[in-house]
Amino acid sequence: MMEKMIFGRYIPADSLVHRMDPRAKLVFVFAFIAIIFLADNVWAYALAAIFTLASIWLSGITVRFLISGLKPVMILIAFTFVLQLFFAREGQVILDLGLFTIYEEGVRQALMISTQFLLLVFMTSLLTLTTTPISITDGLESLLNPLKKIRFPAHELALMMSIALRFIPTLMDETDKIMKAQMARGSDMSSGPVKDRIKAVVPLMIPLFVNAFKRAEDLATAMEVRGYRGGEGRTKYRLLQWHLRDTLALFSLVLLAGLLGSLRIWL
Amino acid sequence: MDISLQKVEYRYAAGSPFEKKAIEDISFTIPSGQCVAIIGHTGSGKSTLLLHLNALLKPTSGSVVIGDRTVKAGRKEKDLKPIRQKVGIVFQFPEQQLFEENVMKDICYGPMNFGVSEEEAKKRARYWIEQVGLSQEILEDSPFDLSGGQMRRVAIAGVLAMEPEVLVLDEPTAGLDPRGRKEIMDMFYQLHKKRNLTLILVTHSMEDAAEYADQVVVLNKGRKVHEGTPRDLFADAERLAEWGLGVPEVVRFQRLLEEKTGRSLPGVCLSIDELAAAWNEQSGGPAV
Ligand SMILES: Nc1ncnc2c1ncn2[C@@H]1O[C@H](COP(=O)(O)OP(=O)(O)OP(=O)(O)O)[C@@H](O)[C@H]1O
Ligand SMILES: [Mg+2]
Repeated sequence: MMEKMIFGRYIPADSLVHRMDPRAKLVFVFAFIAIIFLADNVWAYALAAIFTLASIWLSGITVRFLISGLKPVMILIAFTFVLQLFFAREGQVILDLGLFTIYEEGVRQALMISTQFLLLVFMTSLLTLTTTPISITDGLESLLNPLKKIRFPAHELALMMSIALRFIPTLMDETDKIMKAQMARGSDMSSGPVKDRIKAVVPLMIPLFVNAFKRAEDLATAMEVRGYRGGEGRTKYRLLQWHLRDTLALFSLVLLAGLLGSLRIWL
Repeated sequence: MDISLQKVEYRYAAGSPFEKKAIEDISFTIPSGQCVAIIGHTGSGKSTLLLHLNALLKPTSGSVVIGDRTVKAGRKEKDLKPIRQKVGIVFQFPEQQLFEENVMKDICYGPMNFGVSEEEAKKRARYWIEQVGLSQEILEDSPFDLSGGQMRRVAIAGVLAMEPEVLVLDEPTAGLDPRGRKEIMDMFYQLHKKRNLTLILVTHSMEDAAEYADQVVVLNKGRKVHEGTPRDLFADAERLAEWGLGVPEVVRFQRLLEEKTGRSLPGVCLSIDELAAAWNEQSGGPAV
């Protein structure tokens, strides 16, 4: 069940998106997050959706795979959708169920917010799916480099992030393994009263935490014996290279921002 | 209780780009009371196969018959607890499953999940902790303060205290010292003999397979490539090498002896005593 989650995983491939400079991808995703909030009508959302789908298409990843891999997030989105549906009380009444009334405005709001959420999740997943954790870190560190002048710990931050990203799949595999071991000892996390199910989580969480702490300690020791001493004077084996495609990608984003902005003003 | 696999196939993450076929087309039967060794090169699918033996994994195609229950691909199964009680699994590195504040509670966890009273569970804990070669004093300690080898033994006691009819072991002695390995393997073997416990053993040690198993199943790249007695299997060193496996030390010694002296014995011997006896019988007197 854990093995299908794609959050934080990397899928090796050789698409245009895979080959992009991680700095470009990072700026792209963060800018996209900001830009999407410019959208405030159906046409703008349609445009943003097309833009997202095109990016996904260029990465060689299928939408179906994204949806099946992000199931927990999908459930969350569906939940907010329903919540929004009953929340807004403006506009025409579309459906009167007695206890609940659904208004036109509610449907509009629900659709927009969940689309927004969905596109954000797709884009950020696209970043982690097409970029190795190590390049994300390199990119981030390089982008934050100017901040080192004001003593911002860019290198440390990047390192922490790469370690966290690196260990997400490991932790998931381990969760799966310990869960199986406890199930073999008769623990039952999937049936019975809620109280028992919560209790059944303890035998899973404790070994998981113990192992995680032990691993962190081992990692720290391993880094230390190999002479790690922070980012000062550290050279890089992997060099980042900016290509025309990276400039074009960012340019397409400027275009999108312009279009969304004009749609906002005109409509 | 017999366990029988019929054309079992398992794919991890079926239907995603990470899909990986771990085992395919595996059929064999483990009769009640036998000791079966499963051997194969690393990554050949042994651990995956074991998880099917108590329905922790459901085959993506084929079926597994465990006693009077059938676990079939694509069918929802309810109430698997009775299967899990009858088939106990000691995982690769079982010390990772310890979680309670003291050893006593940890050993009682399994039995009490299967409805054994606290009283009885504690009695079992006191019994099994000695069976795995530790003293009862350790029951009060935190499992996290023990050495790796002690943790392993506690974890094993935790599974044995469930008193399963079939015991499945995934490299139970990996990473233990030679004496500890022998002690633990002998303990399992005694249980197998005395209580007629069915034993299924995954091992990288050809010596263990030769010494303890009635039947050996060989996996290679997710497929079953051989099934038979250790004696037949270890007679064919070349085929074993093809699967990335070797022969027990004693067989290698016998081959060397035969080569040096130019005399050959009728079959392979699986222990040094057996080899000595066979040699003496053939030559009519002690060889060395
Ligand atoms: N959780 C998992 N997700 C995806 N693939 C897996 C998973 N577990 C195992 N595999 C794959 O299935 C195959 C068989 O693995 P398995 O663990 O059964 O091998 P094994 O024979 O037990 O090896 P070893 O002797 O090293 O323990 C391997 O190729 C492995 O990469
Ligand atoms: Mg294994």
